[in-house]
Amino acid sequence: MSIILSVDSIEKYYGSRGNVTKAIDNISFQVQAGEFVGIMGASGSGKTTLLNCISTIDRVTSGTITVGGKDITKLRGNALNKFRRDELGFVFQDFHLLDTLTVYENIALALSISHTAPGKIDKRVRETAARLGISGILNKYPYQISGGEKQRTASARAMIGDPKLILADEPTGALDSKASRMLLQCFDEMNRRLGATILMVTHDAFTASYASRILFIKDGGIFSEIRRGDLDRKSFFNQVIDVVTLLGGDLNDAV
Amino acid sequence: MMLFKLSLRNLKKSFRDYTIYFLTLVLGVAIFYVFNALDSQGVMQAVSASTREIIQLMLTMLAGVSVFVSVILGFLIVYANNFLIRKRKKEFGVYMTLGMGRGSISRILLGETVLIGLISLAVGLVIGVFASQLMSVLVARMFEADMTVYTFVFSPRAAGKTVIYFGIMYLLVIFFNAAAISRYKLLDLLTAGRKNEQVRMKNPVVSGILFVISLGLLGYCYLSVLGRLGTVDRNRTLALIALGSIATFLFFWSLSGLMLRVIRARRGFYLKDLNLFVFRQMNSRINTTVCSMTVICLMLFMTIGVLSCGVSVNQSLTAEFEEMAPRDVCMRKSMEADDKLSYEAAGKGIAEYLSGEGFDLDEELKEGYVEITSYTSQGLTWEDTLGESREQVMERFPMLDWSSREELVPLSEYNRMAELYGIPTYELSEDEYLLLCTFDSMKAIRDMALRAGAPLTIGGKQYVPRYEESRDGYLSMSSSRTVMGIYILPDSAFESGELKPYCNYLAGDYRADSKDERMITEERIAAATKRTPVYVISKISLRESSVGIGAIMTFIALYLGVIFLISSAAVLALKELSEASDNRERYRILRELGADQGMIRRALFKQIGIFFLMPLSLAFVHSIFGVQFVNRMLIALNGGSQLGAILFTAVFILLIYGGYFLATYAGSRRIVEEE
Repeated sequence: MSIILSVDSIEKYYGSRGNVTKAIDNISFQVQAGEFVGIMGASGSGKTTLLNCISTIDRVTSGTITVGGKDITKLRGNALNKFRRDELGFVFQDFHLLDTLTVYENIALALSISHTAPGKIDKRVRETAARLGISGILNKYPYQISGGEKQRTASARAMIGDPKLILADEPTGALDSKASRMLLQCFDEMNRRLGATILMVTHDAFTASYASRILFIKDGGIFSEIRRGDLDRKSFFNQVIDVVTLLGGDLNDAV
Repeated sequence: MMLFKLSLRNLKKSFRDYTIYFLTLVLGVAIFYVFNALDSQGVMQAVSASTREIIQLMLTMLAGVSVFVSVILGFLIVYANNFLIRKRKKEFGVYMTLGMGRGSISRILLGETVLIGLISLAVGLVIGVFASQLMSVLVARMFEADMTVYTFVFSPRAAGKTVIYFGIMYLLVIFFNAAAISRYKLLDLLTAGRKNEQVRMKNPVVSGILFVISLGLLGYCYLSVLGRLGTVDRNRTLALIALGSIATFLFFWSLSGLMLRVIRARRGFYLKDLNLFVFRQMNSRINTTVCSMTVICLMLFMTIGVLSCGVSVNQSLTAEFEEMAPRDVCMRKSMEADDKLSYEAAGKGIAEYLSGEGFDLDEELKEGYVEITSYTSQGLTWEDTLGESREQVMERFPMLDWSSREELVPLSEYNRMAELYGIPTYELSEDEYLLLCTFDSMKAIRDMALRAGAPLTIGGKQYVPRYEESRDGYLSMSSSRTVMGIYILPDSAFESGELKPYCNYLAGDYRADSKDERMITEERIAAATKRTPVYVISKISLRESSVGIGAIMTFIALYLGVIFLISSAAVLALKELSEASDNRERYRILRELGADQGMIRRALFKQIGIFFLMPLSLAFVHSIFGVQFVNRMLIALNGGSQLGAILFTAVFILLIYGGYFLATYAGSRRIVEEE
């Protein structure tokens, strides 16, 4: 299996001389193609900063991040935009859907932005929508659909461009438990059946338990790492809870 | 003091985002001052008495226009302010949760309005005072005044007027603000930012039907103003304007429902770049902007109309001037005795009469001046010459005095005069006549009779028309084409004695060469004709009045044009800028999806461009027809839009409207790209 993402001893400092905050303090890890990796940590642990650095929204202070063999910390300007639209897909806690566009158009827009030929867009949008079970709501506006449907729309938008890596930031944060479960099953299917590589940040143990590997972050560094292996989801969830307890229980209430 | 600080800070903050609006205010004040300060300029001392009279007339008209202008600006200010207040609901909500009363919030707003008012007035007046110096150069050129001595002028009267007018507008704003604040509920204020805007699609069938109806209405209005659907009188004009406005509204309303559907059907275009975002974005608010779109379209229409007509009147007046006044002077005197004219004086020709009054024509005028007499007959009135179409015509034009007697001139006499003026001479057979008429609506009536071959009977002899339409020509010079009808007959027709002398005409050139000497000659003529009604029309007086009318038209057109244009452009700019700050989030999402800077800028450019272009294009189509209509009304003034006027208008609009567009684009870009 090839390495999709390689994070190599990165650091991120905020503030200026005399008053420096280390948000990320020497983190290194790798993600293989087809992996579903969860990153857990309390608020302020640096997990969102890590995600921002990988998604090129933020810059590292030192170290390198390589995606598909390309060192993205060296990218500038439009190369950065091109990288973001061609190699990455995003899913956010608050969906980031455009409220003036229908579900169909929200998904199609991602392809328009990456200069896909208009003739090919329709077919791909309908295929992707069918896989995520949102074919029935394509002509609805975001305010007309539920939170779960919104997040599945966002997921469809994230994966339609066949990105190397899908980054999800607290994807279940704004969903109720039923919608969360449906979305995570979607992710699971995207990962298993379609071979999507997913990197998901969360502070919720239940959400994290859908991943195949979990990295725990504390005070800007990797605290521990667990793999699901052949365990079923329930036992893996218990394992997650154990680590969370060990971390000091200051992660939010886990289920 | 704390409240005042808040006002000051708010002002600074919004100044960055709404610079265009503040600049418009300043511009409004400056323009208002400049046009009201025209009277105190040095030009007034450097022009002749008759020109001064014309300028006085212009000032009276400008004062009237100023009231209208202040109403327009008042609307702009109140509208813009209301708009900005609505944007700040959330801020007021925060103040109120912190325990601030409505009174205090009102006082913050009061402070802001007073600050804006003071700053815009002060800056506007300073700019206005300097701009009016430039203006006086323009005025001097237009009135051909000799501005050898330049003085810096400040008009306290105009400044006072500006302060009072704008003061009233700002007072209105304060009143509206207080009313608005007292209406708001705290919950609404706090949730204002989170409103979930529903995007409603209009029913396509209804939109389609209304679109067709609006096109039909516009077509009807266009054809009507072209005169294809019967004559257009005053009431009908007003009805057409109302109908046109309704059609414009329906057009934008239905277009907003149709545009997206049509564009979505063209998938290749719709799914390219950020087009689908651009058009969705437009669609989401065109619903709410139909009204302002309509108003702006109509204002732009007025701008184009006023500017091109005003300028073209000025141009044609100046251009045709040489043609209108080929000789230095022309005089006309009645030869019929009445209560103003004694029997003895009536019998004399102009030359004979003037020499009796001590004005020697041979000494004052160059050789070759021409004196001729026209005749009239008791039994030959306008009514008599209409022939078959008499009743129909009299019914249609009841305002004309149909009992006026016709004026007749012997052919050889007319030709002598025509040769002097350098206009066409004519030939006639013994039983023919021809008719001179240059006043367009009268010409139409006259031509009907000529086509019917209406005969003229004089001394028992019948004369038939030589031409099927009336010809060009005149006996006395005039600033416009106003010959109602002059019959030319063979000399033999005047031998019968049935025709009596009617008027005496005399035209020629002064011996004097320089402008000053000519003025002196004219003064002597004026003295010699004091006791008798002799109408003197000189090249100098014609020029002064035509320049004067032209200048009045141009100034009023410029004044109204600029105000209309900046008010409508400012409303558009304001809407687009606030839109940009509302849409920041959406553009951020686009960036997250990987849209690069160029793409986002293009999308923004398209969006603002379409928004600015839509009202302008419809206004342009409106004015193609509207200007033709106005031209026909101005025909008496020899109006008629010329290419030059249209070009001037185009450049003017391009500069101001285009400038507002670019400034709006730059401002929106800054707002959207701000992190």
